[in-house]
Amino acid sequence: MDIDIFRSETRAWLEANCPADMRTPMGEDDICWGGRKFEFRSPAQKQWLEVMAAKGWTVPAWPKAYGGGGLSGDEQKVLTEEMQRINARPPLQSFGIWMLGPALLQFGTEEQKRHYLPQIARGEIRWCQGYSEPGAGSDLAGLQTKGVDTGDHFEVTGQKIWTSYADKADWIFCLVRTEPDEKKHTGISFLLFDMESAGVSTKPIKLISGASPFCETFFDAVKVPKDQIVGARGQGWTIAKYLLTHEREMIGAADSALFAKSDLAEDAVSAIGLDDTGRLDDPMLRAEMGQFLVDEICFDAHLDMTGTYMRAGHELGARSAELKYLGTELNKRRQSLRVAAGGSDDLVWEGAANDGGQAAKDWLRSKANTIEGGTSEVMLSILSKAVLKLPG
Amino acid sequence: MCMELLSEDQQLIADSAAGFLRDGHGIAAFRALKEAGDDANSAILPELAEMGWMGIVIPEALGGLGLGYRAAGLIAEELGRNLTVSPFVSSAILAGTALASAGGEMAQNWARKIAIGDAVVTQAMDEAAKHRPERITTTVSAAAGALTLSGRKTFVVDGGIADRLIVTAKRGDDLCLVLVDPQAAGVKRASQVMLDHRNAGTVIFEEVPIAEADILAQGRAAEDVLAKTLSAGRAIAAAEQLGIAKAAAEQTYEYLRTRKQFGVLIGQFQALQHRAADLYCELAQVSSLIAAALNALDEDNAEVETLTRAAKAKMARVGRQATEEGVQMHGGIGMTDEMDLGLFMKRDRALTEFLGDAGYHTEWVLRQRGI
Repeated sequence: MDIDIFRSETRAWLEANCPADMRTPMGEDDICWGGRKFEFRSPAQKQWLEVMAAKGWTVPAWPKAYGGGGLSGDEQKVLTEEMQRINARPPLQSFGIWMLGPALLQFGTEEQKRHYLPQIARGEIRWCQGYSEPGAGSDLAGLQTKGVDTGDHFEVTGQKIWTSYADKADWIFCLVRTEPDEKKHTGISFLLFDMESAGVSTKPIKLISGASPFCETFFDAVKVPKDQIVGARGQGWTIAKYLLTHEREMIGAADSALFAKSDLAEDAVSAIGLDDTGRLDDPMLRAEMGQFLVDEICFDAHLDMTGTYMRAGHELGARSAELKYLGTELNKRRQSLRVAAGGSDDLVWEGAANDGGQAAKDWLRSKANTIEGGTSEVMLSILSKAVLKLPG
Repeated sequence: MCMELLSEDQQLIADSAAGFLRDGHGIAAFRALKEAGDDANSAILPELAEMGWMGIVIPEALGGLGLGYRAAGLIAEELGRNLTVSPFVSSAILAGTALASAGGEMAQNWARKIAIGDAVVTQAMDEAAKHRPERITTTVSAAAGALTLSGRKTFVVDGGIADRLIVTAKRGDDLCLVLVDPQAAGVKRASQVMLDHRNAGTVIFEEVPIAEADILAQGRAAEDVLAKTLSAGRAIAAAEQLGIAKAAAEQTYEYLRTRKQFGVLIGQFQALQHRAADLYCELAQVSSLIAAALNALDEDNAEVETLTRAAKAKMARVGRQATEEGVQMHGGIGMTDEMDLGLFMKRDRALTEFLGDAGYHTEWVLRQRGI
């Protein structure tokens, strides 16, 4: 289809179908995560999800047969631009969209794709990711959760940690050691199972920001039917790595409410004021902010180029580590500058003032950005080996 | 490592630039010029003109290729990588942009000459050690019905070989761009060898007689031409610097893969691996920013000044990181003239000062954001 026609049709459709309440800035509480336990914040939020899902536009790049929009790279870009034009909120965000979906498209059986993908696209099932364990953080492949073959199913026993929103999720995609005699990387399988299965329990972890987005997750002899394995036995690490590249792109691209983008310059002026020459009345902070602003312009240009590159059909592969490293380090600087500019106002923790201490909470939350999904140091190690080919 | 997609024309330019410069105009050729003390060499000019590169941004109607700044940036990157000495940035880009956008018969004639390699034209705008093109004391004045130009310009790149200079001057409150013959009475040129073994000089104008027709643009028109010229020059200088930084980084990665100490390859040390990988990430993102700045010039969109200044500022920092890390990771041998790293470091340093350093352009970004 001619791209200009697609643009005008998309614009008209969004005008007609995007509720006014879904065209306003959103906070972390306004995200639509979907799933069996999800409570919509408004009828408009529910309606917006339903009309977008019916069009396949919650996952515009996925094939139509699996609930997607089947859009080309150029069409996806137009849809994004047209949604931004009217400040339309994302109708649905989820780990299913960002991580499991791409992995299933790559490694799933036809039956698995037809079963799981449309549920993700419609926001019916909310997924969580069972990767890290108490003894397997940066050394993820050292994981010990067991999956014992009992004939008709795997019996899963062990513990996961840092499972994002495990207490709110319906299903989990989980790395489990099913081949104890194989080597570290080739003994892992990728299993899918219902969080309501007997033997699954979760416990939220309270963070320094006061929030509890992560959980400890326990498995006590959980029975997982054998057709709920993705890929072959022992192929789990390959799938996990593929999926991690998507997670890193997502974190690096700041494609979520983890990265509150306030106007740093405006905030700094209102808190600190300008000197007689019209410069921020704090030369050291101003200099640091100048470097940050140039780096932000640079990273935005890089994201834009990367997006064009990927829409042209290229995979980032190990280079997702580059985006993850740059994007998260930059966001930590942004949040630090924000609270430094805010001074004692941004020490507010509770109460109505200063948006309930949002700046302080975002600042603390941002410290996890360079840890979750692989630390900055792990990213640099990946790049030095996989891209620069430095000796191991 | 490039993620910036190129058109067919652009890919062709990139490939031919890489091949042509590597074979015969590479670092060995630069070393020969350096040893001969021949800092004002323009022997490559006929070949650059033959390939159309001197007219790469000059419109086809004026005898150029009109392929635009993105394509020019690809050439500049290869010039940097090979340390090739040429009047590409001064004449093809700065003067080419100024003359093509100034309009008028005389400007167009000189643009044609640049494109075919018949002339080298350069800019004379700096008046002090730091690039501040807005601070101008050079003046055009009228006495007894005749116009004269007086002032002093410094860091005039390729000033020693130029056939014409485009001089920024004030006429009352108006900015003027004046085309001056360096052979004219009252012009004194003092050329010197700079640390990058290239030619740049000081030019003094003492009541140099000029005609009204020598004023290429005045007032608002001159400001527009100068702004476009500076943006183009900055983006292309950043692209040349990117080529230098990438070459320095690649030599360094290779050294880490092959140099042994303590009985192991030094690339096995995580302290070095992480610094190398950080450099790689910085090069990747500044590469995107420079491409975006060049695209903005080609589209002539509203982001031109922000992107070109950010690119120049960021590249100054990454260029320094690449060359300093290169020397440091090579150790003692990195300090020797035998290795290329020192040559990269010197050229990088000169390009950082040329058309404004990181502080100058970062200051602009801060003012633009109202702080």
